[in-house]
Amino acid sequence: MSASLRDPSLTVPAKPPRGDRGGNLGLARNLGLVVALVILCIVGVVTAGDRFASSDNVLTILRLAAVIGVVSIGMTFVITGGGIDLSVGAIVALSSVWATTTGTQAMADNIGWIAMVFSAVLVGTACGAINGVLIAYGRVVPFIATLAMLASARGLAEIIADRKTQIIRNQGFLDFFGAEPLGIPVIVIIFAVVTVAGWFLLNRTTFGRRTFAVGGNPEAARLAGIKVQRHTVYLYALLGLTCGIAAVMLMSRTTTGSSTHGTSYELDAIAAVVIGGTLLSGGRGTVVGTLFGVLIFTTLTNVFTLNNLSTSAQAVAKGVIIVIAVLLQQRIANRKT
Amino acid sequence: MSTTHPRRRRSLVVGALAAATLVLGACTNGSSGDGDTSDAIAKSNTDNDKSGDKVVIGFSAPAADHGWMGSITKSAVAQAEEYDDIELKVAEGTNDVNLQISQVETFINDKVDAIVLLPFDGAAMTSVAQKAMDAGIIVVNVDREFDSPFAARTTVLGDNYGMGVSAGTFVCEDAAGKKGLKVAEIAGIDSLPLTQERSKGFADALKACGLKVDNRVAAEFTVESGEKAASNLLQAAPKIDYLWNHDDDQGVGVMAAIKNAGRDEFTMIGGAGSANVMRDIKADNTVLKATVVYPSTQAADGIKLARLLAQDKSMSDLAEIEVPRMLKLSAPVVTKENVDTYLPSAFES
Repeated sequence: MSASLRDPSLTVPAKPPRGDRGGNLGLARNLGLVVALVILCIVGVVTAGDRFASSDNVLTILRLAAVIGVVSIGMTFVITGGGIDLSVGAIVALSSVWATTTGTQAMADNIGWIAMVFSAVLVGTACGAINGVLIAYGRVVPFIATLAMLASARGLAEIIADRKTQIIRNQGFLDFFGAEPLGIPVIVIIFAVVTVAGWFLLNRTTFGRRTFAVGGNPEAARLAGIKVQRHTVYLYALLGLTCGIAAVMLMSRTTTGSSTHGTSYELDAIAAVVIGGTLLSGGRGTVVGTLFGVLIFTTLTNVFTLNNLSTSAQAVAKGVIIVIAVLLQQRIANRKT
Repeated sequence: MSTTHPRRRRSLVVGALAAATLVLGACTNGSSGDGDTSDAIAKSNTDNDKSGDKVVIGFSAPAADHGWMGSITKSAVAQAEEYDDIELKVAEGTNDVNLQISQVETFINDKVDAIVLLPFDGAAMTSVAQKAMDAGIIVVNVDREFDSPFAARTTVLGDNYGMGVSAGTFVCEDAAGKKGLKVAEIAGIDSLPLTQERSKGFADALKACGLKVDNRVAAEFTVESGEKAASNLLQAAPKIDYLWNHDDDQGVGVMAAIKNAGRDEFTMIGGAGSANVMRDIKADNTVLKATVVYPSTQAADGIKLARLLAQDKSMSDLAEIEVPRMLKLSAPVVTKENVDTYLPSAFES
């Protein structure tokens, strides 16, 4: 690390990111999202009463948000860094299939499931790193590189699994990830840990400052001494890592690995990140916003199901919420600046 | 077993009478007796399985992205391998209608004798199927109907409405007249006509015994979507008596959600008929007590029919001397009692 990097004025050429990295968790900036989520919750309580407000239901919402949430946190980094990744769903599928294939082989019972977890996380990270290398050093446009990964990872998952659903019978794995210490499901805890770690990494470390710099203006970042290419690889590998973690969580949720896992995650994650207030053009990003984005979509589905409403109406509402949240957010952001 | 005998005998008698009526009706002179009937049966019971003229069959189906669809192609290929007079050309499974059209066009150019086609989208594949028929190629349509009856010589269909009826009838029989029971439904993709038909059949059958669907949610036929939809549904309905899940592939996820929620107060009925669901039914240690079969062997039947048509044969066990225009397969309910009958032909999800 060069000395110049410790000086924020050199590493972050553009001023705007400061607000996003503020110590107030960006709650003020995310007011539009908070309002949207609160309105949704009010609708939930009014229409479904105790069924919505019960602790069981809140945990269900959190469980459902956890998997896509972890992927979205990773996506926040890549988009903040000026990139995009369309391959996350396919990477989740490949990681899950790879892990369940490993897990169903004749391995020592005691380490079997730990090997499963590691292989999922490793495969995810490796896929992300390949994306990063192609984009940073191969100079392939992120859209194209990750599109290629989307196709090939999903295809490879189908080949490995022979397009079958691989059911996990390893009790150790199911017990560990299905546990609920203090009444909180393990995957919700993982989601919380990843969110806090993501927030810390983006807002409190050199890595985060470099991410804003690379996304805001790569040339200025390079002149400031940041190894832009290497950092880009790290960003995509980090997203791959979160995909691997999400795959493990999904495996415990569904007790399976399948090449159909993670379908449309890329769109869900990008939608959550963007309504969270992260700029698609890079340079500005917020983990807290992404968290709200994910919670809004998950709560929406839950409220609709509790009221026995159709999926088509749900899709319309989803579109309306995206527009309202972004409009609210823009107005609040404009007023503040 | 002994209790089924009278019913079976009665259905045999009814069947024989029906067949005889058909044959008598078909005869023009109206003076036919037993001799004619046995003649007709002898004609249709020809040596269909004996090696005949060489038949080239082109086969195209959507991508095998879940267990049921995977089994469609596998059983079709296995069926073709049983006959040394069939040369099967299998096109790569695709969910791209444009690609599937070009696959059929290639079959037409290759001048195959017959095409067995499970279209990704029946309406979109109608015109190219029509083109094949116009070129003198026998088209056997499987599972998803074309828009025009002229686009296929024969159509083999599963019975989606019947699946709903079977599941609903099972609920009615099991509920034995009790009122006010809570019924939930986890459908497949709501925009597909097949899902709408299944739901309609289910609602219609329930109506007959005074029940209705209280909670309904749609998933997307995948394990993950099944798990998500079921998690929310179980929150929406604090108490359920019967749950029908349209699809056993997504059912793996549904079962995981039920296990996560620790619920076991209801009876669950599956759909499609996967092998692992049948094993669960056999083991009888989960909420899964039945499933409704949607045969994954219908393309295999398509291959058999295409061969008969190309060799100008008829169907055995039918008095009619031509292969029928349409076959609608049955949607039987599989329970612990009859699971052994259906398990061997079930697909692995």
